[in-house]
Amino acid sequence: MTEDLKKTPLHAQHVEAGGRMVPFAGFEMPVQYSGVVDEHKAVREAVGLFDVSHMGEVEFTGPRALEVVNRIITNDLDKIADGQAVYTVMCNEGGTIIDDLVVYRFSPERIFICVNAANRDKDFAWMKEQAGDDCEVKDVGDDYAQIAVQGPNAEQLVARLTSTDVASIGRYWFATGEVVDVDAIIARTGYTGEDGFELYVPAADAPKVWNALLEKGADLGVKPAGLGARDSLRLEVCYPLYGNDIDDTTNPYEAGLAWVVKLKKASDFVGKAALEQVKAEGPKRKLVGVELVGRGIARQHYPVLVNGEKVGEVTSGTMGPTVSKPVALAYVPAEHAAVGTEIQVEVRNKPVDAKVAPKPFLKK
Amino acid sequence: MDKHFPEDLKYTKEHEWCSVADGVATIGITWHAQDALGDIVYCELPQAGEKVSAGEAFGVVESVKAVSDLYSPVTGEVVERNDAIMEKPEGLNEDMYGDGWMIRVKLSDTSELDALISKADYEAFLAEEEG
Repeated sequence: MTEDLKKTPLHAQHVEAGGRMVPFAGFEMPVQYSGVVDEHKAVREAVGLFDVSHMGEVEFTGPRALEVVNRIITNDLDKIADGQAVYTVMCNEGGTIIDDLVVYRFSPERIFICVNAANRDKDFAWMKEQAGDDCEVKDVGDDYAQIAVQGPNAEQLVARLTSTDVASIGRYWFATGEVVDVDAIIARTGYTGEDGFELYVPAADAPKVWNALLEKGADLGVKPAGLGARDSLRLEVCYPLYGNDIDDTTNPYEAGLAWVVKLKKASDFVGKAALEQVKAEGPKRKLVGVELVGRGIARQHYPVLVNGEKVGEVTSGTMGPTVSKPVALAYVPAEHAAVGTEIQVEVRNKPVDAKVAPKPFLKK
Repeated sequence: MDKHFPEDLKYTKEHEWCSVADGVATIGITWHAQDALGDIVYCELPQAGEKVSAGEAFGVVESVKAVSDLYSPVTGEVVERNDAIMEKPEGLNEDMYGDGWMIRVKLSDTSELDALISKADYEAFLAEEEG
């Protein structure tokens, strides 16, 4: 493992628990502990803990904070209340995706944004540039650790560690309160398709919260889970992964993210003109679910064929432990994107019959 | 299954094992191979009648996260394939030296067996690889 990889505040906990550490987005992160399938099932059936402290956080503050953020994201912060969060993308002028974000509205004067680890520096530079002198923009990624508590038992577990009424926090709402005795943002968000929370805590206090969650959750079946399970969980429910399924060459319409683009919002925003055009013309390609009919697992970068011609590429693919079948996403031309369309995926130079499948693979 | 490498098998540095009886080699992957991969969810093997060559890929195993080629320790014709393990590849994690055998190959050149390494040499190689 090279020396220049960063460590999260929970690194020692991962090593002690037997986590298999791998480089990811500049960090040394656990890819698995007990095994990807076991961890995946723990999250679907009980509760799993993910250290997602590698993700970045940026805070916008000042009288015009909401207005500034609304100018750079496609979703609309005017349509949510204080204490609510939204999933959104942030586009460039060309309407392609700089990053996908979760934006937390504390108040019109304080907006807190969670960004992808690999995009942290790029995002922060872009945000600073867009904000200019209109509000304060601060990279607070090093101040926070983030622990995702995901699964049907997540509410019960978090409730044991806080006096905050977590049952009353709705999906995509958040509260601030103490967890153990640590100040935390308790957000009912996640990336697994399960109910759950993401806890933002001061970096130095992360081990205390992590250990308490494991200890108090033993009878609830809690398990630490790694990046491997995180990927198979999100893919079964077709949440896009930046760098795989979306990037700065893809627009939100072709990625199936039209629902986060609010062309009619009051404020202008970066990429609006380009996105209006994409919407008017219709996306030329679409991110579709792919199910192999023949044997095999479609993996990232495998070619997608129609009548023997390459028409696209798999962007993510794995075995789905809960659906018990291979799951994949791929971009295909719009004319081949209808559910049921017969396509092929080239697996190790051999075409394997496949079809466009309904998304998501796992319906919750 | 705990880490172990049976004494009576021969090994390759590509992490396959091989046992020979009556000119037929039974081939599988080692404890180390399945441990490095994690939960195995897919396996593709050649059918009876196909030819395999020493040092060349004969099939594939996949975990949730990764794809890994299988390299044949020997040259010859496949006489039997373990269809059960293709149907239930998790057996490769559970019993890699028993029910997890992959193919049986009729050897075309028994002198190739001299290139395979013993349990002790394989363990020394693993220790070296792990640094």
